[in-house]
Amino acid sequence: MTTSGASPRETWPLWEVFVRAGRGLSHVHAGSLHAPDADFALRNARDVYTRRSEGTSIWVVPADAITTSDPDSKGAFFESPAGKNYRHARYYTASEGVPHL
Amino acid sequence: MTDVYPDGQGTSSLRFDSQARSTTATPPVVERPRNEGDETSRPDVRDDAHGVVTVERVELSAELAGGEGRAATADVAEYALWLGDDALILSQQLGAWIARAPELEEDVALANIALDLLGHARSFLRYAGSYDDRTEDDLAYWREESEFRCAWLFQQPNGDFAQTIARQLAASVYLFELYTALQSSSDETLAAIAAKAVKEVEYHRDHAVQWTLRLAGGTDESRRRMIRAVGDVWPYVGELFRDEPLIDRLADVAVRPSALRPAFDAVIAAVFAEAELELPTAPMSSAGGRHGSHFPTLGYLIAEMQVLARQHPGATW
Repeated sequence: MTTSGASPRETWPLWEVFVRAGRGLSHVHAGSLHAPDADFALRNARDVYTRRSEGTSIWVVPADAITTSDPDSKGAFFESPAGKNYRHARYYTASEGVPHL
Repeated sequence: MTDVYPDGQGTSSLRFDSQARSTTATPPVVERPRNEGDETSRPDVRDDAHGVVTVERVELSAELAGGEGRAATADVAEYALWLGDDALILSQQLGAWIARAPELEEDVALANIALDLLGHARSFLRYAGSYDDRTEDDLAYWREESEFRCAWLFQQPNGDFAQTIARQLAASVYLFELYTALQSSSDETLAAIAAKAVKEVEYHRDHAVQWTLRLAGGTDESRRRMIRAVGDVWPYVGELFRDEPLIDRLADVAVRPSALRPAFDAVIAAVFAEAELELPTAPMSSAGGRHGSHFPTLGYLIAEMQVLARQHPGATW
C-alpha cells in the first residue's frame, strides 16, 4: 500500500468510511479502518462506527482511490476568495419594488 | 438542523431540541449537558439564538429482553438455563480474543459479538433464576461446573483464529435456526428474547460465513488451518440436535432440537460448497453438557469467569 500514513507492516489495505445518520442527510466521513476487501470493510465499519445507532447507511472507499488537495498549496487553492465579496449574496441590495427577493 | 440566515452568510447553528424527542415513560434518560453550569439561565445567552446549546437526550433502551416475567415451572427455568449457559460460555470465550485478534478491527468485531451473546445470556439467566429467586449473577458466578448446562460445542477452546471461526460458524447457524423457531414459543418471555437475539445472531452468522470463505479460499496455510479446525469442532455439533426428555415435557414452549437439523445442514452445505470444504465424517461425541458432564476446558474457563465475583462478593463499581 502506498497510502500516506500507512505502516510498511500493514498487510490489509486502508478504507475510508462514510456514514449516513438518517434519511435526507449526506454520508459524512467517519474515519478509516483496515480490511482485506470491500465486503469486510463494510462489516468492520458497521462494527467500529455504528455501535451506538449512528447510521442507516455506510459507504467504504479504498483510501487509495481518494485524491486529496495538496496541503502545501493552501494559499493558491483556498485564499483566493478573500476580498471577492460579490460572491456572497449579502453583497447585493434588494431593489425596491422587486418582489420575491 | 441547519439554519441558513437571510444574509447569505450560511451561518449554521446545531441545535438539538430535547423537547421534540419522544418522551415515552419507561426507559431511563441520560442527559449530558455540554454547556457550563447555569449559563442557560443568563438572559443574554437565553435570548441569543446561537448561545444556547441543549444536548440530545439519549434514551437508553431496556438492557434485557423479555420483560419481568417469572418462569412458570422448573422445566421452563431449566430450558432457559440451557440457552443462557450456551450464550454465556461462548461470550466468555470470545472475550479472550480482545487484544489478541489478527487485526484491531477484528478485535472490535469479536467483542461486539461477545457482548451480543452476553446480552442473550443475561436475559435467559434472569428468566431461569426468576423461578427460584436467583439473580443472573447468582447463576453466572456462584454455580459449580457440574451445575452448568452448556453444550460442548460452546466449550471448545478458541484454538487459532480458524478454530474460533469454525466454532462460530456451527454455533451461529444453529442459534439462528433455534431463535427463529423460538420466536413462536408459547412462552412469551422466551419468544421475546428470541426475537431480539435472532437479528444479532444473523450478523454473527454472516461474520462466520465470510471468514470461513476467506480462510478456506485464502492461502495454503489458511486453508490447511480451516480444514483442521472444522475437523476439530464438528464432532460436537451433534449434541446440539439431540432431543432430551426435558424437550418432550415442554411441548410447544421449547424448540425440538432434531427439527432444526435439516435447516442447519442446508446452510452448512451451501457454505461448504462455496468454500470447497468437505463435511467431516468423524463420529458424534458423547457430549453430555445438558446433564452437567463437561469438556475438560470448562472448569478453567469458569474459574477465570468467576474469580473476581468470588473474591469480592457483592462488589460493585
